[in-house]
Order: sequence, then structure tokens, then C-alpha cells
Amino acid sequence: MCQEGVFSLFIGYNKDMTQISRDDVLHLAQLSSLQLSDTEIDDLQKDIGNILGYVHQLSELDTSGVEPTYQVTDLENVWRDDVVIDDKVTREQLLSLSTESLNHQVKVPKVL
Amino acid sequence: MSSIQTIVNRINQGETTARHEVEVAIEKANANSDYHALLSLTEKRALERADDIDARKAAGEQLGELAGVPFVAKDNFLAFGAPTTAASKMLEHFDAPLQATAIEKLEAAGAICIGKANLDSFAHGGSTENSAYGPTKNAHDTTKVAGGSSGGSAVITALDVVPFALGTDTGGSIRQPASFNGVIGVKPTYGMVSRYGVVAMASSTDTIGCLAGSIDDAELVMKIMSGCDVKDMTTLPDFFVPEKTAKPSQKIGLIKESMSEDVDIQVRARVSEYVDKLRANGHTVEEVSVPMTNHALAMYYIIVPAEVSSNLGRYDGIRYGLRAEGVQTLAELYGKTRDQGFVTENKRRIMIGSYVLSSGFFDAYYLHAQKARTILINEYRKLFETYDVLITPTAPTPAFNLGENTSDPILMYLADIMTVPVSLAGLPAISVPAGASEQGLPIGVQLIGNHKSDAALLALAREMENR
Repeated sequence: MCQEGVFSLFIGYNKDMTQISRDDVLHLAQLSSLQLSDTEIDDLQKDIGNILGYVHQLSELDTSGVEPTYQVTDLENVWRDDVVIDDKVTREQLLSLSTESLNHQVKVPKVL
Repeated sequence: MSSIQTIVNRINQGETTARHEVEVAIEKANANSDYHALLSLTEKRALERADDIDARKAAGEQLGELAGVPFVAKDNFLAFGAPTTAASKMLEHFDAPLQATAIEKLEAAGAICIGKANLDSFAHGGSTENSAYGPTKNAHDTTKVAGGSSGGSAVITALDVVPFALGTDTGGSIRQPASFNGVIGVKPTYGMVSRYGVVAMASSTDTIGCLAGSIDDAELVMKIMSGCDVKDMTTLPDFFVPEKTAKPSQKIGLIKESMSEDVDIQVRARVSEYVDKLRANGHTVEEVSVPMTNHALAMYYIIVPAEVSSNLGRYDGIRYGLRAEGVQTLAELYGKTRDQGFVTENKRRIMIGSYVLSSGFFDAYYLHAQKARTILINEYRKLFETYDVLITPTAPTPAFNLGENTSDPILMYLADIMTVPVSLAGLPAISVPAGASEQGLPIGVQLIGNHKSDAALLALAREMENR
């Protein structure tokens, strides 16, 4: 299975429908804090273009007057008492997860 | 491997020990290492826990419902005894400081985690080929994929190493590998099981469930894991009460979009046979339509990457996980850490998420998809006014070849076309084995229930088991 076109009834999988530029990819990488290698940029440019092309099929759907769904539980304003839940995790344990810490603080490279 | 009940009974009657059961499971896991279903064994901790249970038994204490039962957790569950990697380089050496609520509940009942199962890195994928540590092979044919993302959990269960394994299901990640390996896969109603301590992927559809060899075992595991948790504010008040027998003469809808000619002919044949058996058991099966099925995958690949890009923002190389070396600035640290710690599929999803959430595109993609999701949910809602259960194939094909779809992400995504719509609606669904293809590859049927009908759905699956 899964030869191209097999899923014609499942709407609109048509390769290379959307083109995004190399600059677009670099911009998305920057928004996503990803420092990509050159070869990966090429692959992602093709794949992301194809995927955006595929999902673009939704634009043919009329959703005027429809409320968006952000969650499916119908739960609202879930409160709990304002007391600390003891997870039995110590500060030392959490700090030890970091590559570098000093004086009970996580150490990072210079910001400015 | 025996059923959960058999193991528990034999331990209680002194016919075996927890230590022996754990040793046998670990031995079996090692003998099957070629499948690459596990990323690590938690042997030391498992044996300690087994000895503790045996000591409590010897002291005449009452043991839990799962006392001495070995299980495997997908490696995106925080658990003690081995790193929690999410099959990524980002978390390669991450030793969880706490355990997931699901693991804690199972341990409180006496179950013993013996290892961590392989998955697509951060659960992004449908074949387990996106694991940073190499793919898992199908339990029935080692040239085929395990399915995914809970591929390791499905294979280890199918190989009878343990009676059950834990998985996560965001768009089909329990059901589809269950189908590919011939085991039961349970995805509960969204909010039934706490997700605290499980690596987040897409918060509005992430669920936790299990893969098991029998409905009885799956039901018991779900019963123990379910319930409200103050640490996960999306959990619903406890509603899951197992039902011994299925309601007679149910009305069942076969979703016609899922039986189109695009679906493998053998898959359709097995589903039709299952429908015949449902009818023979006194249920009514009619063809129904969920037109939005055809748009669900597009919705999913807008909504889920958006949530992924947000949830994976936390991997910054600072507080835990990988930190890139030889960097000068903070921006460089973020960028290189995330480049080295994520596989390509992670990056694809994060970047698509960044795209659909960016100003100018938000309304056209993300908001539009969330509105389309409402239309899909309303289609299901309408059907559940008339029908008790809906049925589809679990996947459009049996397991495909290793490497077959890795170069084309969209072909890979299509393997989840049957399961994704259910996830967007937060409905419960079970994949049950329904025979095999001529090539001997398992084929699964997906039973879908209304919100909170998990127990009734399991009861129907049990009635149909071995028919």
C-alpha cells in the first residue's frame, strides 16, 4: 500500500502544492529556536511545503458561525486548595538535572 | 505470559513468587532483544520491588490487585529505575525525579515495571521509525514496522513478555500499533487518566492507555489508572466502573468513509467479518456517515503541531536534558541544543506549529481548524443520539515495510487516518484484533464509544473476544 495517489478519496494529497521559500524556513527555525544544518534546511523546505499544501484542503470548508473547540472536557475553572503538594522532590535533585549549577542556581551562558 | 489474574492468583496461593515472575519476564525480554522493543530494563528496581512484595506475602499482608505483575511503560512515562528518554537525544540521560501518576497508581496496586519501551521520538510518528535509537520491528514480521508511536509497547505485549504495557495515544499511537501487532489497544475518554508525569505532546488530545493481550487485563489496568488527579486539571471526576456484560441488542454504526476503496481490501474484509459477528450476537449494524472524517487529518496536522511547538518549547538545554557544548551565547545554546536533541520529525512539527500560530496565519489555519473540529465533534454527537458504538478499521492497511514511508511524512501520517478523528473529539476507542491478512499480518477493528462510555465499550469488546 501507500503508493502515491492511493488515498485519492481522502482528499487532496497532491505533492508540491505549496512552496515555501528557504527564507521562510529560516524564519520558522528562528521562531522555533532551531539552529539547523544546511542539508536539513533543504529537506524541511520540501516537507513543510508539502504538509502545508496538504492541510490547506481545509480552506474549502465553510466554518462561518462555528465556535472553535479548544478543549473537549467541558471543565471550567478547576480549583484546588492553595496548599503545597509535597512531591518529595528536593531542590538538590532538581538542580542535579541541569548540566551546570553553582550556589544552588542553574548556570547559563552570558545573556548580553 | 499468563493473564494478570492468573499471575496474581498464583502469587497469592504461593505457587509462584513476584521475583520469579519478574525474572521470567526479564529473561524473555532479553531473548527478544532483536525486536528492539525496549530502550532500557529497570531490572534492579523491579527485583527489589518483587522481593518487597514476596516479603509482604510471607508476612501475611493483603496484596494489591496487581501484586507481582510485570509490565512495561512507554519511555515517555516518568519512572524510576532507568532514564526517561522519550526516545530522544534531548532526554538521553534524564533521570526522572518523580513518577507519573499512572505509574504510581499501578505500583500502589503491586504491579512492577520491568522496562521502558521504544517509541517515535517524543511520540511523533506512526511507525516507531522516528526513535532516536532505531526502529522497533513488528512482532509478526521483522521486515515490517511496529506501528507507532507506542510501537515498543505493542510489540513487547504481542511477544508475550508482559501481560500489559502502557502507551500514550494522541492521534492513534496506542490503537494503530495494537492493530499492527495483533493486541488490544485502549485509548480512554480524554480526561479519564491523569497525564501528570508523562512527556507532553499535544495537550488537547493526549491520553494514556494500555496495550494488553485480553480485555479483562486491559479493563483492570484502566480501572486502576483512571480517576481525578489534582496534578492534572484536565482529569474528569472518576466515572469508570467496569461492566461485566455488554448491553444486548446494541445499535452500531459502521462509518462508511472508513470503508472506501482506498482502504486495503483485506482490512475491509476483516472488518466486514467482525460486523457479521456483531450481528450474529444480536446487535444491529448500519452504515453511517461522518463526512468530516476526510478532513480530520488536515485538522490534526494543524492543531497538533501548534500544541507540539508550545509543549516542546520547554526543552531549552537549561534546567534539564541535553545542553549543547561549545556555545558562546544563550541564543546559540537554545538553537544548537534543540537542533541536536530533536529528530527531524520533531523539528517539522515544531516549525509547522510556529507557522500556523504566527500572526497573519493564525486565523486561516489554527482558528479555522479548531472550528472544523467543532463540526466533526457535532457529527459524532449526532450519531451517538442513535448509536451506542461506531466501528471502523483501526488502520487503512496492515503493517507496512520498514523504510517504506520514511521519506514522505504525509504518507506516514495517512496511517493514522482512522484514529485521528476520534482523538480530536476526545472519544474513547479500542482496537481489537480481527484476524490477519493472507501474509499473516494482524488486522484490527476500532470500536468507538461516546464520551465516558469506556466501560460499556470494553464490555462489548469482551463479548466479542474469541468469537
